[in-house]
Amino acid sequence: MTAFVIRRLLQAMVVLFVTSVIVFTGVYAIGDPLEILLPADATMAERAQVARSLGLDQPLIVQYGRFLMNALSGNLGTSFVYNRPSISIILDRLPATLELAFSALVLAIIIGIPLGLWSGLRRGSAVDETIMTGSILGFSLPNFWQGMMLIMIFSVYLGWLPSTGRGQTGTILGIETSFATWDGIRHLILPAINLSLAKISLVIRLTRTGVQETMPLDFIKFARARGLSSRRIVTVHVLKNILIPIITVIGVEFGSLIAFAVVTETIFSWPGVGKLIIDSIKVLDRPVVVAYILVVVTMFITINLIVDILYSILDPRIRSKAP
Amino acid sequence: MTMDATNSTETILEVSDLQTHFFTPAGVVKSVDGVSLTLKRGEILGLVGESGSGKSITGFSILGLVDPPGRNVGGSILFRGEELLGASEERLRSLRGNRIAMIFQDPMMTLNPVLSIKTHMIETVLAHESVSRSEALARSIDALRMVGISQPEKRIESYPHEFSGGMRQRVAIAIALLHKPDLIIADEPTTALDVTIQSQILSEMQKLCRELGLGLIWISHDLGVVAGLADRIAVMYAGRIVEQGTVDEVLDTPRHPYTAGLIGSAPAANSRGSRLTQIRGAAPHPLNRPEGCAFRTRCDYATDICRQEPPETRGSNTQSWRCFHPLATSNLETLP
Repeated sequence: MTAFVIRRLLQAMVVLFVTSVIVFTGVYAIGDPLEILLPADATMAERAQVARSLGLDQPLIVQYGRFLMNALSGNLGTSFVYNRPSISIILDRLPATLELAFSALVLAIIIGIPLGLWSGLRRGSAVDETIMTGSILGFSLPNFWQGMMLIMIFSVYLGWLPSTGRGQTGTILGIETSFATWDGIRHLILPAINLSLAKISLVIRLTRTGVQETMPLDFIKFARARGLSSRRIVTVHVLKNILIPIITVIGVEFGSLIAFAVVTETIFSWPGVGKLIIDSIKVLDRPVVVAYILVVVTMFITINLIVDILYSILDPRIRSKAP
Repeated sequence: MTMDATNSTETILEVSDLQTHFFTPAGVVKSVDGVSLTLKRGEILGLVGESGSGKSITGFSILGLVDPPGRNVGGSILFRGEELLGASEERLRSLRGNRIAMIFQDPMMTLNPVLSIKTHMIETVLAHESVSRSEALARSIDALRMVGISQPEKRIESYPHEFSGGMRQRVAIAIALLHKPDLIIADEPTTALDVTIQSQILSEMQKLCRELGLGLIWISHDLGVVAGLADRIAVMYAGRIVEQGTVDEVLDTPRHPYTAGLIGSAPAANSRGSRLTQIRGAAPHPLNRPEGCAFRTRCDYATDICRQEPPETRGSNTQSWRCFHPLATSNLETLP
């Protein structure tokens, strides 16, 4: 297991290096941040001075070399706009996004798995058809439209829930979070639902397919022949088998929830990293963009590692093969 | 093997005119079409037939485990005097794995790969009795020891993939024995195993069956296996039992041409070098079985009367058959 983790960490270093090259070059190609940072009437001398202070007068390879040296000592550059280390700007915003993504993930699991089981066990019934139709809507209606409809219904017409911002936060176990106050939770509900709808649909479909593949297997029939209750067969025998693919997809999706919460954060003015990255791309704030992508890649790698470890807990066949 | 003292004991299972049909979009498949059989305590019945003859469905019907589109449409299953057809699902569940156990064909598939043997066994004990987990564990270990698994205290912690096929089938048998059932239905339990393991398991099953006084229905396509194991044989063809009797009766003096064909097509030690006889043709498609005797299209003796349903004919002893042209006992000399 230790050798496995070390090997994965080495792979992670390579992935991070390659990503940094691609992103750095890509962002360099998008445009010149000086056009945006400087007022339109700036003189050539002012221009050259700003370019020199930001290191933008050097060739790409030198700029990248400097970035890499700094990165190895933990400094991912200073934001052109905020004049603060880009990593600390991201880390300031990250808890809000993590909170949102985590809430959406929990909703996807606690709603998606039971509905998927129900649907899979009652295949072809009215319940199954209703759930399946609902999940198609969850998948195919555009995320931003769903978000606007949620605001229309629950904020504008019914006036039940606030539509923008994060609300009041409190501190639980040293972490600043919306879960600490009722106001915070009220602000969290709509964006979390918006972000989770597509994931709920995905988990429903995965679970339903898993149930349908597992139910005809001999070990389920043998479990019935042993006189086990249907409840135990479904919650232990079926669920434990289908959890493996579900965990895989949920793991990958959790990464994408964080990375692509952009739309939801924009609609609900949620002060998370998604909104930060959109703003930073607009002003070509290169260090923030690069640092953000590296943070996201790191998160994906970490999540995948956790998923692999979860596999071996769930499936004894993998456990015995692990070095 | 002859009938022994078990003959006079309690009848635990009495199936009469069982009908299990599958309602598929293409038509109704009469998988089990009028099966009758009885079983006494301590007795082993070999239910023999080729694939699709309905022998496994007969076994599942007794347990009430026929899934849609299949359904029991008629007949009666009396288990120790209690009617099982139409019994509540809860009643059937309380019998399954408790009074009536089943062993499946493929031991690689019958155990849940992500659960340990211990989990399988303890949950089976707890499904029918409220005992402590430690007592359930102790009983599970005893059952494993009974089927010849060494170091059961240690092996019970293993997962199915850590066992060989033969060992897994022993585990399945141990699970079947946990509640000392009255009846075990074994659906080709040794087909997927290699021959040496097969014979070990056969002799152990026979011993356990006698010692524990349980009735055993051994479903198989292999006459050779059944000949060495069973007290009585029932031969199934196209959803019906075409012949039944004691092993000696059926194997020495088969009256139904299909039974004779099965015997003739099995290799035996004394037929080395001679050509095996083969039943011509193939089993009829289940949706399109010949009316009357389903075997008539493959039978050398068939005449016009075979278009009618052959009645069950009883011989002078316990043998019975469904055929208008039963083989004379003297015909046998011509068979290998």
